[in-house]
Amino acid sequence: MSDSTATTEAPAEPPAPDTEGDEAKPNFIRLFGRYLTEANSVMVTIYSLVLAFLIGAILLIVSDEYTRSTFSYFFARPQDAWYASRDLVAESYTALFEGAILNFNTLASYQAGDAEFGNLLRPISETLTYATPLIFTGLAVGLAFRAGLFNIGAQGQLIFGMMGALIVGFTLDLPIWLHLPLAIIAGGLAGGLLGAVPGVLKAATGAHEVISSIMLNNIAALFLVWALGTAFLHSETQSDLVSKPVEESAVLPTLLSSLNPSLRVNLALIIGFAAAVFTWWLLSKSTFGFRIRAVGFNEHAAATAGMRIGSTYTTTMAAAGAFAGLGGAALALGVANGGITTNTALDYGFSGITVALLGRANPGGIVASALLFGALKAGALSAQPDVPVDISTLLQATIVLFIAAPALVKAILHLRTPRGGLVTLEAKGW
Amino acid sequence: MRLELKGLTKRFGSFTADDDIDLVVEPGQIHAILGENGAGKSTLMNMLYGILQPTSGEILIDGEPVSFSGPGDAIAAGIGMVHQHFKLVGPFSVADNVQLGREHTRGAGVLSARAARQAVLDVSEQYGLRLDPDAICEDLPVGVQQRVEIVKALSGPETQLLILDEPTAVLTPAEIAELLQIMRNLAEAGTSILFISHKLKEVQAVADRVTVIRRGKVVAQLEPTASESEMASAMVGRAVSLRVDKTPAEPGEPRLEVKDLTVVSDAGVKVLDGLELTVRSGEIVGLAGVEGNGQTELARAILGLVKPDSGSIAVDGRDVHGRGPAKRIADGLGYIPEDRGRDGLVSEFSVAENLVLNQYRDEPFAKGGVVDAGAVRRRAVDSIAEFDIRTQSPEESASALSGGNQQKVIIAREFSRPRRFLVAAQPTRGVDVGASQFIHSRLVAERDTGTGILLISSELDEIYALADRIAVIYNGRIVGEVDPDTPREVIGRLMVGGSADAGPGPATDPDHPANDEHANGGDR
Repeated sequence: MSDSTATTEAPAEPPAPDTEGDEAKPNFIRLFGRYLTEANSVMVTIYSLVLAFLIGAILLIVSDEYTRSTFSYFFARPQDAWYASRDLVAESYTALFEGAILNFNTLASYQAGDAEFGNLLRPISETLTYATPLIFTGLAVGLAFRAGLFNIGAQGQLIFGMMGALIVGFTLDLPIWLHLPLAIIAGGLAGGLLGAVPGVLKAATGAHEVISSIMLNNIAALFLVWALGTAFLHSETQSDLVSKPVEESAVLPTLLSSLNPSLRVNLALIIGFAAAVFTWWLLSKSTFGFRIRAVGFNEHAAATAGMRIGSTYTTTMAAAGAFAGLGGAALALGVANGGITTNTALDYGFSGITVALLGRANPGGIVASALLFGALKAGALSAQPDVPVDISTLLQATIVLFIAAPALVKAILHLRTPRGGLVTLEAKGW
Repeated sequence: MRLELKGLTKRFGSFTADDDIDLVVEPGQIHAILGENGAGKSTLMNMLYGILQPTSGEILIDGEPVSFSGPGDAIAAGIGMVHQHFKLVGPFSVADNVQLGREHTRGAGVLSARAARQAVLDVSEQYGLRLDPDAICEDLPVGVQQRVEIVKALSGPETQLLILDEPTAVLTPAEIAELLQIMRNLAEAGTSILFISHKLKEVQAVADRVTVIRRGKVVAQLEPTASESEMASAMVGRAVSLRVDKTPAEPGEPRLEVKDLTVVSDAGVKVLDGLELTVRSGEIVGLAGVEGNGQTELARAILGLVKPDSGSIAVDGRDVHGRGPAKRIADGLGYIPEDRGRDGLVSEFSVAENLVLNQYRDEPFAKGGVVDAGAVRRRAVDSIAEFDIRTQSPEESASALSGGNQQKVIIAREFSRPRRFLVAAQPTRGVDVGASQFIHSRLVAERDTGTGILLISSELDEIYALADRIAVIYNGRIVGEVDPDTPREVIGRLMVGGSADAGPGPATDPDHPANDEHANGGDR
């Protein structure tokens, strides 16, 4: 995290103790202990997760009618309230875990020989499936963030990417080795074109990218509604608002369906990991990344050094849009290859903002937080209706709230201030 | 008020900012505190003003120990402070700024504008600080804004000690002279003043007593009669030469030709108005002038960040019209920006990255769009050694460096590539004596290799020390080009729009005929 978009750098290693010589020699355990009690960015992230799950537990208890009723006679029989709360929280979080990572019932039947190994992988496959678009939209927001831009437009860019991939996907009839890459590229291009618009507007007129990209989200979403109704896109077999399906040759191959047909995770996940690695390389090794970071940190110094600020904004936003567009292609050619609807995009673009924030605009962090959010999503969907599906959104929101306010985490847990101060993400211009 | 500090110490972790400071300020005394950047002056003042609490030691006012838990306590005890960076609400009137935090009311939370105005007029009258209570602060010149700060500090319940933190950093020579006079008047009226500065001439001109701080310790108590080099040596801890050794210039062909340059700002004001200027190879032309007369725009126009509305700029004999900053830099234009933190450095970047900020795309630092981290690091190691940049490593972020070392990074960046012409704007602003001396000698050495240098500085001392020729800018025009042996009074008159040989210029205040004398800041 040494080069994250942050006001202060987090210490990469545990800091040396303040005094030397007089005191006992610093050993690993002492240093580790200091690290744990310090409000550095790694520990703030971990504590934010813990606190979010604690708050989620309280809300689960409050929102459950039976458990709430046990509190009405709390002073008469406190153990009722305690056991009810404990069981509720344990069951809910277990259900989330089973939906996202490993189902214990399936495990038992697998051990008894009643289920295949593939069944065991189903929760993981769902988690990865939901995480895939989030990796792309997280990168779309995170990359722009590094140039000092707040790309709220990932949702619209993703929708455009979906449409671009879809059109190439059903109009052309080519062998898969050519058709699939073309459809994916079309998705990236469509997203990139839409992403470039706020960049051009900012460079040419100074229009704030947040405002223009929010508006473009609406434009893109409504454009999709209109486009799905046109004869060009509309399904020939269904009457509701669904697009034509893409050709077989443009469908992203699934990775694990040979084990079990219900395992949906597909090649887009691998492309997402590759995109994250590419973004890391771009930011830390390329001259373009050098320029993005310089402009993001201090556009005045960058301009004085001869960098062109306007074109940096435009190209960065186009690249960011292309990432979101690839996420759209992953949907249109993947889970929604039978035809996209107005619902296919869900809120992947908006969640990309929180993914990027949680990942502190670092490619590795973005992948990790996309996986976490994918797990929450998969877990909540599989655990409903026993667990309210909103718990996933609530946990996401609470995590981000704590990440964005490290001083709050520090105050709640009485952590020490790390050398160099607290790390707070800052979007410029707000 | 008699202020006494006994063994005052402040530690931050293992770092001792102030170590066992003893100090006495007698009533009505102007006590100067001299020290380089980072010597511990600001920490000391913050303890006095209640912003920081001392680790040990005590503060005595009129013999009584006091402890402040916040600025409110300090104000109540009669201490007023004027910060280096003004803390005024721009769109508010003078009267509103002065009453900020202790508003005059008619009871029940209703403001009394009349009482607020009267309070300002009373303080103005008492100390001879002319102020219009109804003026809007952001419209006022910097010197007047500072007067508002002083009136604000004096408006405390019983202010008897005034702390002035680097008060002259942003002022013009005439404003400095006026401020020094105000300080004398205040002291005569019985107010004690703690005056923090690193400008030796001002200290000599106004202080009754001088305390020098180095690395958090009091290293000398001097009389103001001590010589400049005596004070400078105490500050730096070794003998310093304040003179720059240089041979007469040998000007060659023109390296910068500015013809009839006009720039109109967004607000429609002509910030440069038909400016003409030539700088030849092997000479340093000093551009003297009160800040805000077009120096910034001229520098930015030469680099290409500001588009001229008319006129032409030629660098090294080539018209630069239509060439962006990157091309001009590649052609050999060096540029030391006046605002280091804003335009010079990306403070989050490492020292190594900053050293190649305008060359990162060129060989050998990049090949085929990929940065060669090894080459960048090698350059950094070389520059750090050659320019004596005090940093823990090339990977340390630039924000961790002191002002002087940050400036050395910029100098190293500009001097480590082929250059034909250099714009050096305020090259030693906020830089301590030792680093200034180094930067000055590098500039002269650079001139001797044949580079043409335009030195833009608001410090006349710096212009005199370095320039082979002095051009004076006023209202976006060059109003005079003179030799460096021209007396200060003459340049001072030109700087405010007067003529070189007539009497006082139009902007000189007739009420203060002594201004020009103080502007010299002592004998030279």
